Amino acid sequence: MIPQYPDYIRILPELVLSIFGMVIMLLDPLLDDRRSRSLSGALALIGSFAAFAATLIQAQSPGYAFANMVRVDSFSTFFHILIIAITAIVILSSYEYLNVQEIRGGEYYGLMLFGAVGMCLMTSAMELVLIFIALEISSISTYVLAGFRRRAAISAESSVKYFLLGSFATAFFLYGVALMFGATGSTTIDVIGNVLRSGNIPVLAYMGVAFMFVGLGFKVAAAPFHIWTPDVYEGAPSPVVAFMSTAPKAAVFAVLLRVMFEANAPGRIWLIWVTAALSMTLGNIGALVQNNVKRLLAYSSIAHAGYLLVAFAALPETAIPAAMFYTAAYAVTNIGAFAVVSHFGGTGERRVTMDDYSGLAERSPLLAATLTLFLLSLIGIPMTAGFFAKFYVFSAAIKANLVGLTIIGFINSAIAAYYYLRIIVVMYMRKPREESPVAPIPFGLGLALALSLFATLYLGILPGRVLDYASRSTADLLFQNRPATPTALSDAPTLQPVQGISDIR
Amino acid sequence: MNMDTWNPIILTLVTFVPLAGALLLVVLPRRDREIRGFALFISLVDFFLSLHLPAHFHRNLAGFQYEIDKVWINHPNIHYHLGMDGISMWLVVLTTFLTPLCVLISWHSIHDRVKEFFILLLILETAMIAVFVALDLFAFYFFWEATLIPMALLIGMYGHGRKVYAAVKFFLYTMIASVFMLAAILWLYARVGSFDFVTIQNAVRSGQVAGFSSASLWLFLGFFVAFAVKVPLFPFHTWLPDAHVEAPTAGSVLLAGVLLKMGTYGLLRFNLGLFPEQARANAPWIMVLALIGIIYGALVAMVQPNMKKLIAYSSISHLGFVVLGIFSFTQAGLDGATYIMLAHGISTGGLFMLAGILYERRHTYEISEFGGIATPMPVYSTFFCFVMLASVGLPLLNGFVGEFLVLSGAFQDRPIYGILGATGVIWSACYLLWMYQRVFFGQITHKVNASLPDMNLREQLAVLPACIVALVMGVAPLLWLNAIDPAVHAALTPYANFAAQVATRMVGQ
Repeated sequence: MIPQYPDYIRILPELVLSIFGMVIMLLDPLLDDRRSRSLSGALALIGSFAAFAATLIQAQSPGYAFANMVRVDSFSTFFHILIIAITAIVILSSYEYLNVQEIRGGEYYGLMLFGAVGMCLMTSAMELVLIFIALEISSISTYVLAGFRRRAAISAESSVKYFLLGSFATAFFLYGVALMFGATGSTTIDVIGNVLRSGNIPVLAYMGVAFMFVGLGFKVAAAPFHIWTPDVYEGAPSPVVAFMSTAPKAAVFAVLLRVMFEANAPGRIWLIWVTAALSMTLGNIGALVQNNVKRLLAYSSIAHAGYLLVAFAALPETAIPAAMFYTAAYAVTNIGAFAVVSHFGGTGERRVTMDDYSGLAERSPLLAATLTLFLLSLIGIPMTAGFFAKFYVFSAAIKANLVGLTIIGFINSAIAAYYYLRIIVVMYMRKPREESPVAPIPFGLGLALALSLFATLYLGILPGRVLDYASRSTADLLFQNRPATPTALSDAPTLQPVQGISDIR
Repeated sequence: MNMDTWNPIILTLVTFVPLAGALLLVVLPRRDREIRGFALFISLVDFFLSLHLPAHFHRNLAGFQYEIDKVWINHPNIHYHLGMDGISMWLVVLTTFLTPLCVLISWHSIHDRVKEFFILLLILETAMIAVFVALDLFAFYFFWEATLIPMALLIGMYGHGRKVYAAVKFFLYTMIASVFMLAAILWLYARVGSFDFVTIQNAVRSGQVAGFSSASLWLFLGFFVAFAVKVPLFPFHTWLPDAHVEAPTAGSVLLAGVLLKMGTYGLLRFNLGLFPEQARANAPWIMVLALIGIIYGALVAMVQPNMKKLIAYSSISHLGFVVLGIFSFTQAGLDGATYIMLAHGISTGGLFMLAGILYERRHTYEISEFGGIATPMPVYSTFFCFVMLASVGLPLLNGFVGEFLVLSGAFQDRPIYGILGATGVIWSACYLLWMYQRVFFGQITHKVNASLPDMNLREQLAVLPACIVALVMGVAPLLWLNAIDPAVHAALTPYANFAAQVATRMVGQ
């Protein structure tokens, strides 16, 4: 089948991002250092806006494309918007960082857009092999981005570590896909779902799910596949950490949602139960003793992956919207927190320990207040996004009678309050170590902070709209109402999932 | 204009005027004088707005009044549901009454980061009021947690000594305990499908909630732990002395005056309102804890060398009375418990303000540093004497009415509780009078004390309203009780039915 016009519409954001990424890469050799940062930064920003518009256009024509390999529905639109928004905010906050650290912009922004391509594609891909390819696109960009502080050995270490362990993990994923194919005769999620729903579940399917989960669990930094996280986060440039702790995670969680719920993965609850409990506990206990703020946030991200996974053990109707909301809430909060960390870090990221933060409230009240708000959201205090995120997840868990897991979660959130509070306490209640005022906040970073602050508060006070949207896409995911009949745009018979490339059996 | 037209929005106004004021303060320039004046203005506006509540309150009605019920979040079903009965109304007025006094008392004692201080104070006021008027369990929890941050910051940023330790301890204690309440609230929501207090109450009472009878003990305990830490009831009290001693004066006043009442209010509204049978069944050991609190608090208060710590321990003792009254399930006991909540807010708030005034002059709370203060500071010692006597429970002052009612209620329930509780009244006379004697009478032992300036006009303006209210509350308690009584009666209805059932069952046998 030759791809038609609607097929391209359904990958429009990915196309737009790739084009901008390539243009940036091609232009880069022609520019000097300063221009390379400003011009490619601006291009990348325009590119992400264009991709945003493309997502909105694409959302008008939901349906399948490329022989059922891609499906655009409200679920994929949700994650597209989220990932593109994250990319845009990170680009905004990177500009100053690249200047201070003297890093050229072309490859940096280009790779970031390519990463976004992979992540976006993961959320709309319906074919496990395509998911694998998208996962690789996104991972390879992030491996390179992690090593971008070329002068710092720790950054190179972080990149290599991430690359070695990451490729190991993707291999697991691929192996899982192969086993799944053996078990169900297909690599298309719809078909797998139909087969697994039909009743008899082959043992191979359990193994396939487990292997795929190892690969995906690595990407979201869920325990026991979390060992890489603190080192990589510590070494990688802060804006990159902001990016890779949110965007790829959102994409991988989208894949997990599809695999776990749409494909109706067997053995889900126990697999998730153990991982969630482990991630929450190990993440929080690890964070308790950290003195480096970046490492602390790394452990906190492990813990948050754990909270989020709690939702995956619940009933689909409440779990999916809860997980989607959590992804968004965590993303906006964490990006904001890392934006502050990257600004405060200064040249060569010197100021990253707890002591450096002491008395920040006196040196820069605005920066301290902003970081406080993000930390409160990470604790899960009312009025912030983190509160409703935890709230939806745990109420979904209680509805599914997962009382044990919920209690573990509650105890963990109480422990977590301690180490986030430590930063707040240090900022407000200690004397500053150096008297000099913090460098003023430049426009781009200020805008990035304002956007994530607004989103954190908006999700914390009026979460209704986002949650309603998430609930609607749940219906899409659960076969309740598939994307509407082929619109004027699409002429292919897209409604019935046909066997696609899995016919080869 | 007919003032009744305000009724639907008055609660929203009273609750959020301070928050609006705090937001305005954020953009005001850092000129301390104007900031103080503006904070005082906002808190006074809020106080006068809140006077609308008792003025237009229908005292013969038992249900919630001034209700407003709007959908906040569709899914899950969370409402912006505010409303008040006779119990919460007075607690709201107490809050709005104490806040302007706190602004006055912090006029000069806070000189660093003044703007942030008043922003936090006003945010705290909104959160405290909202806790008392929220009728949606979710909104209640939301504001309950929201009180923590401004209070912890007030202690940690403006306190003295081991302030950071005290702030973190306060935060973690309350936060960890309230997590259990959240679990209980979520359970109720999962089974009832609503966070609305009235809906849940009706569902529970009509027995429609599946699995309620087996879970109710755990739910009761979930709520109880959160409130007991806040009160604080005996084994959970260790955060209180630390928080009080290190807190700035305004923080102590609001902590003792209002925040502790959130715990007792919660016990009354939620533990009694939602779980009548569990409350009945668990009452004996809770009352024992309350009695231990009364006596232990008083005994520890007696040996304190630090004035503020002494007052803090006296709070533990007084709040023990409140819990004793609540779990006596008698009309008198609950009336008295509510009355002590108000009276304690006024008189202990007053004592903390007075202690703070002395601290501003000498920068110490150690009792041994003083002695013979009455000579250089006659006005101050008169005020102190008056407020102290109110706290001791002298007849014709506010403390007496509540303690009398509580003890008579406890006596009806079980005489031994009444007798043991009554010793608390004696203890409180002992420790307060003894402290008064050591601080104010005798020779001046430290030279610096001889030249201490007496209270100035601003300080008198801060303490005088508390004294007047203490007197009026002692002379004319009916002004307050006629609104409290119907609400308490309504709260006790299931217990009356329960008692009647027990009686018929016994007759049947």
